[in-house]
Amino acid sequence: MTSLTARDKTTVKAFWNKISGHGPMIGQDALTRMLAVYPQTKTYFAHWKDQSPTSESAKKHGMTVMGGVADAVTKIDDLSGGLLGLSELHAFTLRVDPSNFKILAHNIMVVMAIMFPVDFTPEVHVAMDKFLAALARALAEKYR
Amino acid sequence: MVRLTDVERSLIRDVWDKVNTDEVGPEIISRILIVYPWTERHFGTFGDIFTITAILQNSRVSNHGKVVLQALDRAVKNMDNIKLMFQGLSRMHFEKLNVDPESFRLLADCITIAMACKLRSAMNPEVQAAWQKFLYSVVDAMNKQYH
Repeated sequence: MTSLTARDKTTVKAFWNKISGHGPMIGQDALTRMLAVYPQTKTYFAHWKDQSPTSESAKKHGMTVMGGVADAVTKIDDLSGGLLGLSELHAFTLRVDPSNFKILAHNIMVVMAIMFPVDFTPEVHVAMDKFLAALARALAEKYR
Repeated sequence: MVRLTDVERSLIRDVWDKVNTDEVGPEIISRILIVYPWTERHFGTFGDIFTITAILQNSRVSNHGKVVLQALDRAVKNMDNIKLMFQGLSRMHFEKLNVDPESFRLLADCITIAMACKLRSAMNPEVQAAWQKFLYSVVDAMNKQYH
């Protein structure tokens, strides 16, 4: 798995600067989509009263997750170090199967494509895909 | 639906005949817990599953492995009816147990490896291919009631 080039990082940061105001909305939509399109992901949210894709819990969680992504952009030069706390949380408390990070990343990018069709060029797409994959790796680092 | 050829069915039955479910059963859940430790989230009621020693000595872990292989045994004997056979189990694992179906894929691979340890060269590539095709059809059936 390749690491992020300087160009990847610049591309991600530039795109993020443009869209960061919409972060919460992107998060909400991405989480909703994930639950609707990949119903197996609902198994992680049995503690919600309402597990439907459009529930308040789902939207709120989408915003939380996107907040994490925003934070990760600022730590793009050292994702493992910067995301240590979140990594431990996911490894020891949440124990989310790492395959789900890829699922959520895909849904985030679908929403980005829908909301920013002109800016989400193939070059931005590849940089974002690599960034989200690197983020997922950092989150899964403490798993085993 | 997965279509198994006559040759594949024969290979699957032959390899399964060689498996002692009392021996292999205990191994499969302990393997998944050790190799993919996040799967311990599914076994909150099993007591101590937090160190390798504890996992290997845990009787609930070994029993669950045997239960899983018993279900597989029924599947081997009913290869044309797998989707229907696992409907109830799929629903239960989704609605009651909240199991991420990715875990079924991981468990399938652990089963194959546990079998490989015992069967060694009997698990040749042709046998492995047929066996995994069958096992993934079971994984697929276990996914079906997730909605």
